[in-house]
Amino acid sequence: MRLDILREMNRERAARRAVILVTDTADGTQRLVREADAEGDPLAAELAARFRSGKSGIVEADGRSLFLTVQVPPPRLVVIGAVHISQALAPMAQATDLDVTIIDPRTAFATPERFPDVPLLALWPDDALAQLPPLDRYTAVAALTHDPKIDDPALIAALRAECFYVGALGSRKTHGRRVERLEAAGLTSGQIGRIAAPIGLDIGAVSPAEIAVSVLAQVIASLRQDRRRAPA
Amino acid sequence: MLSTDTDILATAEAWRDAGRGVALATVIETWGSAPRPVGSHLIIDQEGNFLGSVSGGCVEGAVIAEAADVIEDGKPRVLEFGVADETAWRVGLSCGGRIRVLVEAVA
Repeated sequence: MRLDILREMNRERAARRAVILVTDTADGTQRLVREADAEGDPLAAELAARFRSGKSGIVEADGRSLFLTVQVPPPRLVVIGAVHISQALAPMAQATDLDVTIIDPRTAFATPERFPDVPLLALWPDDALAQLPPLDRYTAVAALTHDPKIDDPALIAALRAECFYVGALGSRKTHGRRVERLEAAGLTSGQIGRIAAPIGLDIGAVSPAEIAVSVLAQVIASLRQDRRRAPA
Repeated sequence: MLSTDTDILATAEAWRDAGRGVALATVIETWGSAPRPVGSHLIIDQEGNFLGSVSGGCVEGAVIAEAADVIEDGKPRVLEFGVADETAWRVGLSCGGRIRVLVEAVA
């Protein structure tokens, strides 16, 4: 691999943009294709399918065996709310290689003492999200504040950006009111239906740490959806 | 914590910038039960230092040995490992799968 191609791949990854490296397995020659440039490529259809699936693999074209290295942005978890559950969730999510950021405008909650080793933005979600790489299909958002003023803007942004996971803490009743507010904000029922609420897999979680486990498991289940067995 | 693709490719760049010879190994094909998915990376420097994995430990030794030659002559190679391989006793995959690995120099 040429060093300039490697540098380009690392830059694109840092900027959370998807690329595919096309390698001729016979002679090792390579070229890099950005998602934005894929449409005019000779391999356009194959590349589009690969960008969607995120899967690397071999494709035969014009008698050549080409290996496609699909590099999609690393999965990221944005947590709204510097609450107890987040204190347990952040280190667990980092241990599963999720890139974690916490957002909470309440400066009493969002302190480095409560969240060592986690990027923390003590800002309202709209302001905080403007400072981060844009929300995308490779990002999960978990809204945990219980406060519509803080959770709702993040949920709306997450649904519009087609985040792979969108979860919101709160009872069914709380969620019912949330659905009404999101409808009023112009979201479709299809979009609103993507919210995991009440949040987390039903493992009977009680403590903040247990709820964090159920949320993280649900995020991973969404991330690895295509690998899961069909329900019996 | 396991090293992610982010760490692996960023480290490959850092190693090159430090003047080290570097080879990149990538799993390009698997059959049967293979321990690491297609696209998994392993990087190796000319001293045999490595980061990442292509098989969860079964064939890394052989890939690292081959990497020294790749760094030396700059020519990419495709290596195949599996239980049917004649070197199975030494570096076969105990899981019964087969994998093909592309090893290339970062130059």
